[in-house]
Amino acid sequence: MSLSAQLINLMAALLLLIAFAMLSQRRILSLIHLYAWQGVVLATNNIVIGYSTGQTHLYYSALLTFALKAILLPWILHRLIVRLNIRWDVETLINIPATMLVGIALVVFAFNLALPISQLAGTITRSTLGIAIAIVLLSFLMMITRRKAVPQVIGFLALENGLFFAATSATYGMPLAVELGIALDVLVGVLILGIFFFQVREAFDSLDLRHMEKLKETDQ
Amino acid sequence: MSPFFESILSQLTQTLLVVVLAPAFLGWLNQCRAWLQNRSGAGVLQPYRVMRKLFHKDAVLAKNASPVFRAAPYVQFSCMVLAASIVPVIETDLAFSPAADVIALVGIFALARVFAALAAMDIGTAFGTMGARREMLVASLSEPALLMVFFTPLLIAQSTSLNAIADALAHRQFAIYPSLAFAAVAFVMVLLAENARIPIDNPSTHLELTMIHEALILEYSARHLALIEWATAIKLTTYCALGIALFVPWGLAQTGEWQMLPVSVLAFAGKLALAGAALAVLETVSAKMRIFRAPEFLGMAFLLAVLGMLTFLLLGA
Repeated sequence: MSLSAQLINLMAALLLLIAFAMLSQRRILSLIHLYAWQGVVLATNNIVIGYSTGQTHLYYSALLTFALKAILLPWILHRLIVRLNIRWDVETLINIPATMLVGIALVVFAFNLALPISQLAGTITRSTLGIAIAIVLLSFLMMITRRKAVPQVIGFLALENGLFFAATSATYGMPLAVELGIALDVLVGVLILGIFFFQVREAFDSLDLRHMEKLKETDQ
Repeated sequence: MSPFFESILSQLTQTLLVVVLAPAFLGWLNQCRAWLQNRSGAGVLQPYRVMRKLFHKDAVLAKNASPVFRAAPYVQFSCMVLAASIVPVIETDLAFSPAADVIALVGIFALARVFAALAAMDIGTAFGTMGARREMLVASLSEPALLMVFFTPLLIAQSTSLNAIADALAHRQFAIYPSLAFAAVAFVMVLLAENARIPIDNPSTHLELTMIHEALILEYSARHLALIEWATAIKLTTYCALGIALFVPWGLAQTGEWQMLPVSVLAFAGKLALAGAALAVLETVSAKMRIFRAPEFLGMAFLLAVLGMLTFLLLGA
């Protein structure tokens, strides 16, 4: 295996580790830091792939990823939790070991799903597709197990990171125009969700999304 | 000299080396901790002095102690010596190695633990029983994690024999193995739990609410206690040697490479000293966990070990 392939594998493993760390992290501030690290690893991964395949557009994509996902979005989220005064909030997660076991099952499922695809592919990144799918599923799991709004949004952003990683590992990344569009979408999404947080808190006095279940229409 | 005698000789040297040096390793660890806590420390040789003192005392046994209680220290000590003789430390030519592989090694540790728990319950004091319960709780979680940790190097080397694994890992072409890194982190977590080190148990406390390992040996005195303390030191050293053999095996001499021996002895001593210092740092910066957090801690170790194995299967690295 060439050195760049080894480095790409290392990055993929790191991303998987960060996804699990997010799943088990109780503090909101640490969650944001983990999200920023995910951005850094994604950007590094793009540079390595760009260097080893000679695809120059991946450098721009890496720059964009770094600026947006490692600096701008974490900064916005950080400002948000300071404004919402939940910087030191600790979420009570129930039964972390059980969540982890579900996570392992998801990883096994994702790896099995990706195996036939990777066997057909000829790219240097083919083996990392399984990890990309696993990250997407783990982010889903994180959104399901969380009750508060901000961790759910971070789960959503991690999901987008997983999709981005899947795109790079399957086809060396999307065209730059598409990538720019997605980046803008994510940015605007976070801004709008940030406004939502304030509205949700105004209406329910809390960011706990269980209160939203009251909004259901009932039969009686 | 025939190859058979050579391997017997190297086997005896290695076992003796680990058994004799184990208290010094414990002393070095305590010395590092003392330095980090701004104390002057008792010196590297302190465990030997404690053991000599204990061996010269008269043993006191409870009236209702059964033979299990008397036999347990000897069983624990011999289990640890056996475990120490399976792990290759300076050379991979070991006569004992066909006797037990990594999976049997986990079983040997378990045997020693079962006897420790039985002896603690034998006297019938509340502390002993409580300690035995806690020890078994921790063990039931750390054992599967330890087995899982072994599976990654085992898959890389395609063998369950520790000698073959260490040989394959030490003399392969250098490559980045993310899976081994996962397994290594999980191994450190299991090491801390199994050796009653700080996030799970505090080895220097006799506070009844928190102690696990100390509660098990509360009723022992004199030579029995000395043997148990010695066995504990050997266990810690064996675990560190195991980590070195699996994750940083460079410098290990191959079979029959006698001229490499000084290098490998120096390399092992250096790595062991580093491991002791690193353990001391780890124990100084972290705080003791509540016992009910232990399942979470060991669950993380199990998860990391499984992740290591899965990434190896997917990435082939």
